[in-house]
Amino acid sequence: MVRAQPCPDHLLSLNSAHATRAPGGRAIPLWRDVRVLRLFGQIVFLAGVVAVFVYLGRNMLAAMQRQGLGLGFSFIRLTAGFDIGEYLIEYSRSSTYLRAFEVGLLNTALVSVLGIILATAIGVLVGVARLSRNALVQFLARAYIEFLRNIPLLVLLIFWYTGVFLKLPRVNQAIVGPGGLLISNRGVNVPWGNPTGSLPSYLAILGLGLILALLVAFWCHALANRTGRAPLTWLWAPMAFLAVATIGWIGLPVAPLTLQAPALQGLRVVGGKQLTPEFMALLSGLAMYTSAFIADVVRAGLQSVPKGQVEAAKAVGLKDAQVLRLVVFPQALRVIIPPLTGHYLNLTKNSSLAVAIGYPDLFSVSGTILNQSGRAVEVIAVVMAVYLLISLLTSLLMNWYNRRIRLIER
Amino acid sequence: MTSLAPSTTANILPPPLERPTLLGWLYRNFFSSWFNVLLTIGAAALVYVVTKSVLGWALTEARWEVVLVNIRLLMVGQYPMAQVWRVWLCVHMLAAIGGLSWGIWIRRYRLLGALVLAAPMALALMPSGASPSARPHLIALPVIGIIGFVLGRFSGKRAQRTAIGLWIAYLPLTILIINGLTAQTGWLPVVSSNVWGGLLLTFLLTAVGILVSFPFGVLLALGRRSQLPIIRWTSIAYIELVRGVPLVTILFMAQIMLPLFLPAGITVDRVLRAMVGIILFTAAYQAENVRGGLQAVPHGQYEAAHAVGLNSVQTTVLIILPQALRNVIPVLVGQFIALYKDTSLVAIVGLLDLLGIARSIVSQPQFIGLQREAYLFITVIYWLFSYVMAHLSQRLEVALGVGER
Repeated sequence: MVRAQPCPDHLLSLNSAHATRAPGGRAIPLWRDVRVLRLFGQIVFLAGVVAVFVYLGRNMLAAMQRQGLGLGFSFIRLTAGFDIGEYLIEYSRSSTYLRAFEVGLLNTALVSVLGIILATAIGVLVGVARLSRNALVQFLARAYIEFLRNIPLLVLLIFWYTGVFLKLPRVNQAIVGPGGLLISNRGVNVPWGNPTGSLPSYLAILGLGLILALLVAFWCHALANRTGRAPLTWLWAPMAFLAVATIGWIGLPVAPLTLQAPALQGLRVVGGKQLTPEFMALLSGLAMYTSAFIADVVRAGLQSVPKGQVEAAKAVGLKDAQVLRLVVFPQALRVIIPPLTGHYLNLTKNSSLAVAIGYPDLFSVSGTILNQSGRAVEVIAVVMAVYLLISLLTSLLMNWYNRRIRLIER
Repeated sequence: MTSLAPSTTANILPPPLERPTLLGWLYRNFFSSWFNVLLTIGAAALVYVVTKSVLGWALTEARWEVVLVNIRLLMVGQYPMAQVWRVWLCVHMLAAIGGLSWGIWIRRYRLLGALVLAAPMALALMPSGASPSARPHLIALPVIGIIGFVLGRFSGKRAQRTAIGLWIAYLPLTILIINGLTAQTGWLPVVSSNVWGGLLLTFLLTAVGILVSFPFGVLLALGRRSQLPIIRWTSIAYIELVRGVPLVTILFMAQIMLPLFLPAGITVDRVLRAMVGIILFTAAYQAENVRGGLQAVPHGQYEAAHAVGLNSVQTTVLIILPQALRNVIPVLVGQFIALYKDTSLVAIVGLLDLLGIARSIVSQPQFIGLQREAYLFITVIYWLFSYVMAHLSQRLEVALGVGER
């Protein structure tokens, strides 16, 4: 007995003219035609998905009606009525929910960006140390990686917060560091520049410096293209910027920032900038945890560069540092970038664990908004959408960078 | 330092006289240049300071009674005292199957095996290491493990199928035993999942999460590679949506919105809600893992399967998936470890897993200020299992010959 077999697709597309006719010349009935079946199957699938969503949505609306709640985003204009510990933009308890949301978003952005920079720095360092010829250094790097990779981030954060930062001495016995640095269980107080009247004009000067640095960079590139010598862009462009910044600082009648060290007044710290224990614990925990993963990525990337490349680079007379900078690193970068993107995204998403130690990030603030307003569905939808947006933007950016540095084969 | 000279026969150097000596090794490793010397001194100082302060604190200052007093809470949460034997039964079963598998497949690494067996014994023999009720169980554990090992060692290849079957049956059986079967008066009364806690809950969340999400993950991966656009785009949308948001938002959604999604009158308890969230989350990651395995199967396999007359479903189930899944076993173990660590997030939504229990213990008035001890203890537990699993997965990778054909 011969059973009709559905044709594989590539065959189907080749002889599509015969596809609707069986070998005998009779037309294939509709219910055995692969194309009809596929279309039908997809329609059924889509209908099923839509039906599930409609069912869940109706249940949700019914449940919300029972609780006397409606759907809608008008609530974000209402007064928030709660305080937030730290904010980068003006905020008080009479601000709107929208403002509270923005405060949380900015805090997430702050801790993510700083965390990514720190984690990359530590990660590269540990990753290189992992390949060190010094056995002790190698062991230390390995212990660091193996310890951090195998514990949950949340445990690390909570331990870091309650076990380290909150156990620091009281503020009246604060540890005094260099430059007036104060470390106590209320956080770390660092010297900070206070803006004076000339700050806006100084910012304008810095903008000019940036433009000049870009011009210098272009010029360096053009020169390199003309002469064929290595462009020293990374030397001259920052130098140009620094020169403008220095001249501007000295040239202005009043210095744009006055440095102020924190000082103890009774049980209060005045002046300087307070970095709260929550912020410090979150930042250091995130950076440490992610740096262990980055270190592993860096190690794998460096190891992926064939040994012959190093030997060849040494043979043409490059120095050790040059070998690393000009030969090994650019090639390792191609292996490093894709997983690195993943870890940057993880760090950003993991910053939502701030809620466990009371740092007011996006998720934590949203939780408070949810409790205050009772608008669970809307708040959760917004939070998820924002994280999704951040993820998609970061992947787009990193994919663009990855395309730029990838190997272009002959 | 070396002068460049044309290599004529006159200045060809004799072979090096250097012999591998301890001093030479030390020199090359630690003191070969001034920078290396600095590194060595710095690293040694760091090791000394860290070890001294940590050990000094752990041995003299730390008050470990917070762990000792609460060990039962940390292990099983508020699981009823009279029913704890059921948890022990599951652990014994695990020891038996583990020993059996060790005897069948691994055989070597006797020292590691002996260490694993000696650990519970040592705990049992320590004066303050175990409660009187736990002691017989702890002593029984290595015995059962050894019996399993001997059985596996002598039955060899014949027992392989049995062992695989036992592993597959283990989790459902465990959940059945932990959850219970009969009403309160019966011989295996139902224990509500609201009182599951501690390490037990952590393990159950992990195991259920990995196993239940796996079929969904496979379906999603197949959907993502499907040639049917609607199915492909639905799968991509689900996977990218879930992977783009933090787990804690999904757990939160599961806790708050799941009751809203269900028809009135149906309630789901908190542990189950967290499980649903974890499964939804893990399925997307599993899908990406499986997709990696699917991509590694050469296209010729599809063509050959079609050529011998298999249809699409048969090709997928009989030819492609077995090869793809074999490729991804180590990745799946990695996912298991990641999930094991991630289950700690259920503490944020108020569940009493290992971390949640520790948090609630240190908030009790009599244990206030003992956060370091409690959290360090659970850190060690988390670390130990995760590290061991990571190493087993590396061995598995070698044993399976992943990447080789």
